[in-house]
Amino acid sequence: MHLKYESQLREPLVYGNKTYAQVTEDIVRPIEAKPSRLWYIGFFIAVTLLMFGAYSVYREVTYGIGQWNLNKTIGWGWDITNFVWWVGIGHAGTLISAVLLLFRQGWRTGVNRAAEAMTIFAVMCAGQFPIFHMGRVWMAFFVMPYPNSRGPLWVNFNSPLLWDVFAISTYFTVSLLFWYSGLIPDFATVRDRAFTKLRKKLYGIASFGWTGSTKHWQRHESLSLVLAGLSTPLVLSVHTIVSFDFATSVIPGWHTTIFPPYFVAGAIFSGFAMVQSLLIIVRKVFGLEDYITIGHIDLMNKVIVLTGSIVGIAYLTELFMGWYSQNKYEGYTFWYSRAYLFSPYGWSYWGMMACNVLSPQIFWSRKMRRNVFVTFFMSIIVNIGMWFERFVIIVTSLYRDYLPSSWSVYYSPTIWEIGFYVGTFGLFFTCFFLFAKYFPVIAVAEIKYVLKRSGESFKPGMEKIEAQELESFVHDQAHAH
Amino acid sequence: MAQKKFVVGCFDDEAVLFPAVKQVRAAGYKIKDVYTPFAVHGLDHALGMRETSLHTAGFIYGITGTTTAISCISWIFTKDWPLNIGGKPHFALPAWIPIIFELTVLFAAVGMVLTFCYLCQLAPGVKKHRFHNRATDDLFVMVIECSDKTNTDDLKALLSSNGALETDVQIAEDGWWFGTYDNDNDNLYNNKQLA
Repeated sequence: MHLKYESQLREPLVYGNKTYAQVTEDIVRPIEAKPSRLWYIGFFIAVTLLMFGAYSVYREVTYGIGQWNLNKTIGWGWDITNFVWWVGIGHAGTLISAVLLLFRQGWRTGVNRAAEAMTIFAVMCAGQFPIFHMGRVWMAFFVMPYPNSRGPLWVNFNSPLLWDVFAISTYFTVSLLFWYSGLIPDFATVRDRAFTKLRKKLYGIASFGWTGSTKHWQRHESLSLVLAGLSTPLVLSVHTIVSFDFATSVIPGWHTTIFPPYFVAGAIFSGFAMVQSLLIIVRKVFGLEDYITIGHIDLMNKVIVLTGSIVGIAYLTELFMGWYSQNKYEGYTFWYSRAYLFSPYGWSYWGMMACNVLSPQIFWSRKMRRNVFVTFFMSIIVNIGMWFERFVIIVTSLYRDYLPSSWSVYYSPTIWEIGFYVGTFGLFFTCFFLFAKYFPVIAVAEIKYVLKRSGESFKPGMEKIEAQELESFVHDQAHAH
Repeated sequence: MAQKKFVVGCFDDEAVLFPAVKQVRAAGYKIKDVYTPFAVHGLDHALGMRETSLHTAGFIYGITGTTTAISCISWIFTKDWPLNIGGKPHFALPAWIPIIFELTVLFAAVGMVLTFCYLCQLAPGVKKHRFHNRATDDLFVMVIECSDKTNTDDLKALLSSNGALETDVQIAEDGWWFGTYDNDNDNLYNNKQLA
């Protein structure tokens, strides 16, 4: 057979006695059913938050940046913190779909669709912050290089802020294309079993006339593989460039070469945590425990403990370098502004340490990794911790400048600054609720592809293998290739 | 755009499909296509299809992006409006690498997806004949185009003997047309029949 061999000892990726038709039924049924009351309540809350956010932004646009509590040295406050936080979250989707595809990790199939959707919505939320931080948002198109009547005066291609414009917009476009090209066959599946006229029409348009032709599948596979190959360096470059926003400056606390790998690890860390929070809810609400299995949660928790520890090493390296460089500004930033618990923002540093470095260590235990409640709780903690990290990096480096005369007063956000952040949650969850209702939340075609080699009913159970004589086991396995 | 006659055989297992493809081809029939619910690896080779060159197109789009970025930025910063940024060189290639890289990826990705849609004739509003509604669910649908000499009964018998669950003969549009999937009577063939 042409199916790839997989060890019988490996945990199944799809539980239960499934056929191809059953896979379609399980994943597409929530789209065809009426949304539950819980969905309406969640959606209503999300839209309410979005409205509050829209009003906060309206005030900011109408009255100016003065609506926020930014001051003379803290020019970047909550907005850029939130920007980096959302962009970081937006990294897990492409990592799961692209990097794991290149590494031939079959388990990505259960979670990639929702993770990619999350990426796209998170990047949409992230983009709001720098755009509205411009103040005169109606001139946002000035960031694009185009021939203009002001000289033409071009943008500064040597500036990390412009690199960011290119990085984020490319990342958004490529993620969207990757996501949608994967969705086309699944939309066709929904279309072909639709029984209402409207659904036939809308999914017919969305599926682009997909038929499932072998030639089309061949091209589709090639496209997915090359897009994965492009997205892998892309996902690393995007957060590297975000870190350049800080690292290329001369501000103590920002001016460090460790930033790119440290930011990328942090992004994967927070992104996986967000994937966990969302998928644990999705698998419960839509009854998809057979596809998003406890094994998936276990594997993602392994990524979380790995990247969390990388981030921890980065924090310690920064502290070490703060002392080792014997630069008094560096030392002041790292050892007083951050690590000293009773400095004005010491609480945020230690909050970050507790959430990001100490608490994920619980996942060294297999039992904890496979506990849904612990995972859900930890995923929230990690995202709080990663928010603190960005807050620490931005605010503690800015609030005391080189001269005591420019030491700023204590920065705390206004209600409209908080409202903007809350509003992006509204945007994110509004999109995610719509996605969960109207899109196949799991890649149907890809699950079918792995079903016969990784499905539980197609693998002999562990008991059977354990009961087998060693010699006959070796014999069977040798012939399975 | 032409109506053609096809013999259709439906299989429910790829393990049955592969030998059937071999048998049908060995009997001298030309398989138009096999419609499958997911990418069945090796089926393209079994059908004798050549490898796709889509990745080569992707590479060409990629280097187009690279050259676009390098030439635009260097023209802007050395020729059109040389900005003095702290006395640094105007031709500051290392600082442009991020944008050059991003444009390479952007051009390659967008170009490849558009090429993919063009080659497979995929676009919103495009409609194609479906030989079986379950081809996107759980059936592998083999479609063989008939010539004047084809004996459809023989071919149906051959498909059945090779494990096809259902076989039938369909007259259908070969290409695509603009239409929506809520109306089954909008293809040219059926319109003619109705008129």
